[in-house]
Amino acid sequence: MGKKNQQIDNIQADVDTKKTQTAEVRKVDVPQGLWMKCDKCGEMLYRKEFEENLHCCIKCNKHYRVDARTRVEQLVDPGTFDERLADLTSTDPLEFKDRISYKDRLAQVEKKTGMKEAVIIGKCYIKGRPLVLGVMDPFFIMGSMGSVVGEKISAAAELACEEDLPFIMVTASGGARMMEGMVSLVQMAKTSAALARLDDNGGLYVVVMTDPTTAGVAASFAFLGDIIIAEPGTMIGFAGPRVIWNTVKAELPEGFQTAEFMLEHGFIDRIVDRHDLRNEIARIIDYCGK
Amino acid sequence: MRLCWYWEIMNMAEQNAGKKGQFPGGQILDFERPLVQIEQQILELEHQQAVTGRDCTAEARELRSTLVTLMKKTYSNLKPWEKVQVARHQKRPQAMDYIQMIVRDFCEINGDRQFRNDKSIITGLGRLAGHKCMIVAHRKGRDIKEKVECYFGCAHPEGYRKALLKMQLAAKFHLPVVCLIDTPGAYPGIGAEERGIAQAIAVNLMEMSRLQTPIVCVVIAEGGSGGALGIGVGDRIAALEHAYYSVITPEGCAAILWKTAEMAPKAAECLKLTPKDLKKLKIIDDIIPEPLGGAHRDPSVAASNLEHYIAESLTRLKRIPTEKLLQQRYDKIRHLGEFFQSGSAATPVKTKRPAALTLPVTGGPVFQSQAVRV
Ligand SMILES: [Zn+2]
Repeated sequence: MGKKNQQIDNIQADVDTKKTQTAEVRKVDVPQGLWMKCDKCGEMLYRKEFEENLHCCIKCNKHYRVDARTRVEQLVDPGTFDERLADLTSTDPLEFKDRISYKDRLAQVEKKTGMKEAVIIGKCYIKGRPLVLGVMDPFFIMGSMGSVVGEKISAAAELACEEDLPFIMVTASGGARMMEGMVSLVQMAKTSAALARLDDNGGLYVVVMTDPTTAGVAASFAFLGDIIIAEPGTMIGFAGPRVIWNTVKAELPEGFQTAEFMLEHGFIDRIVDRHDLRNEIARIIDYCGK
Repeated sequence: MRLCWYWEIMNMAEQNAGKKGQFPGGQILDFERPLVQIEQQILELEHQQAVTGRDCTAEARELRSTLVTLMKKTYSNLKPWEKVQVARHQKRPQAMDYIQMIVRDFCEINGDRQFRNDKSIITGLGRLAGHKCMIVAHRKGRDIKEKVECYFGCAHPEGYRKALLKMQLAAKFHLPVVCLIDTPGAYPGIGAEERGIAQAIAVNLMEMSRLQTPIVCVVIAEGGSGGALGIGVGDRIAALEHAYYSVITPEGCAAILWKTAEMAPKAAECLKLTPKDLKKLKIIDDIIPEPLGGAHRDPSVAASNLEHYIAESLTRLKRIPTEKLLQQRYDKIRHLGEFFQSGSAATPVKTKRPAALTLPVTGGPVFQSQAVRV
């Protein structure tokens, strides 16, 4: 429990970009050893082999977090990803400044991750099926949702609507982006409204929850999927465990706020191993897509 | 980061109220002290006059005018953190108070038909300035028993599901919906997570965006994050003058960014959570004025302003054909937020239209086909 809590606290509290790397594996990080140690089972992993294994531990199959570009590479048919709205970047509506200004923070994160924002969207094929895909990046300010993320996801839903394509959304986010204040909170309403349109139009919307899918993102587009699947061990929840602990002052149940917990309580449809994602998405499209 | 600050604040407020019971406002906020001093001087003068018969009317009149000037000055320059304190003021009117003051023949209807009746959200039919409507409101509670019963206004998933069920009922019978928002946030508990608080809020956001009847939302005191937004999507969004609406509590924000809740005043400033800022950011449409010194000093004036605003909004919205109403609502929601495009960091491009694909007529978002470097 303690360890889980610790890990989760980092997720919630760590907008501090310094610490986001920890044991996570990043493709873009420059100086990296050839070997890494699995923090779950302790196995020494040869990085290349680990990456070929879709960033999962070769021994215990722990699913590590994956940056958005790598995720796209893992999921879509090679060379088919046609990115849209790639040039949207955040303004600083609040002129937010804590220890560093939001503008500087964005610049730092962009430099470190090579991403302009926490989500990429585009058209692509998965096993030959055309679709609209959105992928969040858990390393870009915790994959948090500000104006740009909200806009891109809403636009992706509309694109799916317009072109009668299924919309597949891979979520990974700590929630709304605090540095955009209420402007970020209302993106929850915006994305949900766009998805309502897709729903009215009979479009298929599939959510793939990956670690972590929490707070404002869980409470908007992540839980609105016609079909919701999650990778094993994904943290899924609304409030942070420490906040909950402080409120109820009681031990949190074993496996609280994991994908397995959500499956047991009836809030997601399936847990799918990363190695099976392509097959599973194609299968769902064959059943439900137009 | 702690949520029990809320409990602590409430306890402190109660203790303070006990000690300084003579002040009608109950809890005294720091910036109110000079005002309270004058108020007490006036009370003393009146008392003297009653006891000794000495005529103090002139002195009292002077004090009163000083009081009004000072109050105007104080309340028109409240710092964000002070606003938050006013919004949380122990004596601030709650949804139930407003319902009693402005809703005629209120008929509460209960339950989500699935799990239990969440008392943190009140739902009911009523007449507001002649409009039959469905009222959906957070309930914080007054005495300790009521507060505990409704978790200090922090709703569970069943509260949001109850709210949606009643809103859909309203839509079925062509009744407009009025939402009164006042919550520190959705309840962060084990049961809430087990019963899918995130899913409940998500569904409300989606369904409210396409509910086939007018919706007017007013933040009457605290607009706490997702818990507020969960009944906060509509055709018109307003806030009372001394309410606040924020993505996270200032305490929570301070705990994350500065690692101490003591930075809450600074966080409150950064978050731009006051109605004035929110209007500038186009998060809310209107600010409803409060009586001098805040709603708790004269609840009936606040209530009448609220009534006037809602009545006027409903009159206008009811005239719009449903299809057009929904399109307007969608466009409004779809335009929330701003961003730069094409790296041309000159001007922020406001999201112009719900146009994923409509091609570049105006300066709105334009898709570019661009192979990605994977
Ligand atoms: Zn392992």
